[in-house]
Amino acid sequence: MSASDHATEPLVRVEDIHTYYGKSHILNGVSLEVRRGEVVGLLGRNGVGKSTTLKAIMGLVHPSRGSVLLEGKPIGHLPAHRLARLGIGYVPEDRRIFRLLTVMENLRTGLDRRGVTDTRKKELLERAFAYFPVLAERRNQAGGTLSGGEQQMLAIARAMMLEPKIILLDEPTEGLMPRMVSQIRAIIDVLHREGVAILLVEQNVPLTLAASERVYIMEKGMVRHHAPAAALRADDAVIHQYLGV
Amino acid sequence: MLEQILIQTINGIVAGMILALVASGLTLIFGIMDVVNFAHGELFMLGAYVGVITLAATGSFWLALLVASLVIAALGAAIHVTALRPLLGRDPLNTILATFGISLVLQNYALWQFGPVARKIQEPFTGHFNLFYLEYPWYRLVIAALSAAIIGALWLFLKYGTYGVWIRATTQDRVMAQAMGIPVPQVLTVVFAIGAGMAAASGVLFGPLVGVNHAMGLDWVLKAFIVVVVGGMGNLGGSIAAAILISLIESYASLWVSPAQAIIASFVVLILTLLIRPTGLFVPTPK
Repeated sequence: MSASDHATEPLVRVEDIHTYYGKSHILNGVSLEVRRGEVVGLLGRNGVGKSTTLKAIMGLVHPSRGSVLLEGKPIGHLPAHRLARLGIGYVPEDRRIFRLLTVMENLRTGLDRRGVTDTRKKELLERAFAYFPVLAERRNQAGGTLSGGEQQMLAIARAMMLEPKIILLDEPTEGLMPRMVSQIRAIIDVLHREGVAILLVEQNVPLTLAASERVYIMEKGMVRHHAPAAALRADDAVIHQYLGV
Repeated sequence: MLEQILIQTINGIVAGMILALVASGLTLIFGIMDVVNFAHGELFMLGAYVGVITLAATGSFWLALLVASLVIAALGAAIHVTALRPLLGRDPLNTILATFGISLVLQNYALWQFGPVARKIQEPFTGHFNLFYLEYPWYRLVIAALSAAIIGALWLFLKYGTYGVWIRATTQDRVMAQAMGIPVPQVLTVVFAIGAGMAAASGVLFGPLVGVNHAMGLDWVLKAFIVVVVGGMGNLGGSIAAAILISLIESYASLWVSPAQAIIASFVVLILTLLIRPTGLFVPTPK
């Protein structure tokens, strides 16, 4: 691959993936791409396959057809732990923090990797604690004792410890108070400024349209619509059509 | 009578610490991997045999202890990679059958290789101290202390080591651990190897007291299973407490009945636990 290909090649490309859960066809040919440093929204009603799409990129679900590429290289066959080391961060829907581990130990799961110097570890921790001061206060508390919003912050901070090129964010504002929602919104902007790409799955349409550059809309295991967020902000007919809001 | 009770208390604690060492390997493997390891007793037995061989070759008990732990840990890793890793994600019955099969193979291998006659491991020192009317061997106290030290080291490793954090994260959420870059299949192999190494260490430590033969694992693994259930499956602290509790009960019971009958007391504790508190005596009530 030449240098110019590398520059134009999207960071993540999903090509026509199909997945099954038992006999039910969950993803029915999903294609999308995320470029370097780009925030991309993925909208759709419940059960249309948004979370499964993220899991397929993370290697937690292996598509039976189609391919997932990271920087042009197929990754569909790799186990999730390899993909995490290659630069994919995952913040799942129910946060899934390690409840019996302390905040610090939760962060260490992503930090204790080969090739990370102690200085670098310190920098990464300090950066996370600067964004989420509450995590610094509670660093020796068990993750399960944190509030929902704090757990969400921990889940995002934990993914940041991997120094990911892209973070897959699955409904980060679900069930959070408005104050927390605006904090999550702020952290998406911070990650964006730092050049981390984000694939954002959300039910919160206004937030998604405001935070993203492009938006994909899914229905019945397929991407039905793809548009710049600005276009959807200006004309919400499509949103009405697919999401009924 | 008071003297007898004191002696039995010490006996109970000594037996309890060894049992705790066997059981903590078993509970570690169950708690983290959801694998009920029926081959644990055979790893204990093979550890004792490797100890016998190394002791005969080198004359050093402590070297025998170290070599047996390392060799059996490596065997454990090999068993995990070849027999258990391919079953990852299948019904637990598959792994139960697999470990049961491995236990039969290992036991019959030992019978074929070493014969039916029990071997003896010479204890590293033979001093006694006076305990009332008894000459109590120092070695027994040393085994208890060493078992406690090995369990303590395991605890420190789980608490502070990078691999320890990985192991605990894997226990809680295997999928999310993978998504955080933790190489879960390797972590599981390491856990199985640690459990196997601990079984081997207890086999060597206990060898001088019981004699080494191909079926020596059976009694211990049966008791270890009782301990693991009473302590709460997968709960390390609970297993240690349960090991001491059950050993003490058996020691006291043997004041009145023969030691062979005293084991009934363990089963009574097991049955009562399953009736009253099936998640284990030493597990906090789930919220």
